Amino acid sequence: MDRKIRVLVGKPGLDGHDRGAKVIARAYRDAGMEVIYSGLHRTPEELARMAVEEDVDVVACSILSGAHSTLLPRVVDCLKKEKGAGELDVLVLAGGIIPVEDVESLKESGIDAVFGPGTNTQDIVEYTRANLKR
Amino acid sequence: MYLHESAGNQVAESIIQGFRTRKRAALARAVTLVENGSIHAQDILEETFKHRGRSRVLGITGSPGVGKSTLVDSLITAIREHGNSVGVIAVDPSSPFTGGAILGDRVRVRSRTTDDQVFFRSLASRGHLGGVSRHTGDIITLFDAFGFDYVLVETVGTGQSEVDIMRYAHSVLVVMAPGLGDDIQAIKAGILEIGDVFCVNKADHPDADRAVSVLEAMLELNRDWKWRPPVIKTVASQGKGVVELFGKINMHLEFLEQNNLLEERVSRSHIASLEENIKRETVDRIFARSHSDGTLDRALKQLSEGKTHPAALARQLIQLYLCSEK
Repeated sequence: MDRKIRVLVGKPGLDGHDRGAKVIARAYRDAGMEVIYSGLHRTPEELARMAVEEDVDVVACSILSGAHSTLLPRVVDCLKKEKGAGELDVLVLAGGIIPVEDVESLKESGIDAVFGPGTNTQDIVEYTRANLKR
Repeated sequence: MYLHESAGNQVAESIIQGFRTRKRAALARAVTLVENGSIHAQDILEETFKHRGRSRVLGITGSPGVGKSTLVDSLITAIREHGNSVGVIAVDPSSPFTGGAILGDRVRVRSRTTDDQVFFRSLASRGHLGGVSRHTGDIITLFDAFGFDYVLVETVGTGQSEVDIMRYAHSVLVVMAPGLGDDIQAIKAGILEIGDVFCVNKADHPDADRAVSVLEAMLELNRDWKWRPPVIKTVASQGKGVVELFGKINMHLEFLEQNNLLEERVSRSHIASLEENIKRETVDRIFARSHSDGTLDRALKQLSEGKTHPAALARQLIQLYLCSEK
């Protein structure tokens, strides 16, 4: 069976900056993965619905608006609601302008990893490959 | 072995059960299994094939950047306003180097993401060159069995000869934009021959009327149409012309039904799926067997030394691995 890793690159919330999202989408593409880009200004509900319909292995959210502590836990909650009972089988990642002091609580709310500015895209790709949940 | 097989049955069965209760996760997973050539795919397709036949399948094709995805967005709205459900299959190209892909059709499809009567799936072409992916026929069957009133299939941005969509769709919409070519482009063979409905999008551009008249002139060259494809102007980003366009598409579908031509198209799509499956199975099998017994390596060496050529080798391998099989 020829399995492809599928990634949803999502932009939750109201910031209109998707340079980072496009760079990471390109890095995943070059690593041989299939990347679905959500486009700007998506709600957590929309991203969760997309993740289910696209049957992705990874949801990677890019957020620069400062609303990460509000929106990202909601992305996780919506994913759980859409996916139904049981452990979430999707790796949920976050990137963007996220202060270090917020990282711990994001992880507690179900975000698997947070990548800040300057992270090597290759490290993100490798982390992703190594931590798939299915 | 036994355990493995029963586990397989469970996977297929839970998906088929999910189809009965219209669980979108079941459809999503079924598409993945079919795309990946999973061992469970056969069971799922066999069962779902019995429940197909409801959906009207509309193909949407045209060059990159003419506005196919934006048009899909406004067609979804038109379909929902009629109270019908819709599944969308949107294909984008895979990299010939890494096999990766960026599937960007959702960027333009903004509305009704969380509408329960809408389902959207992006597919990568995975090396298939006809404008769709090689599993498209089977995936349309899944969508049909799930019970959508309409299935929209958006091809990759096409050049002149990616016409596979006509083999799978009941009705084909060819999307054009102003300024893309003169009348000699319009009488060439290929994509302009397969349209059941034409649309000149971005019609707020000053060259739109010229694009329409070039298309009309091309269509006038044929005198004995059973169905004369209409040409509609749209501005998809503003929803202009879309109601009229949707009306023409439905008129074409009704025309097919009234003249017993729908059956013909449906059987054409079955033949296309059959052909695709035979090709896939044959190629996979020959490569797998000739690889595992070392024949492939020897053959490639002969090729590089110039001792044979690919066509002769292909015949040999087919002879060796297919004709000897029981």
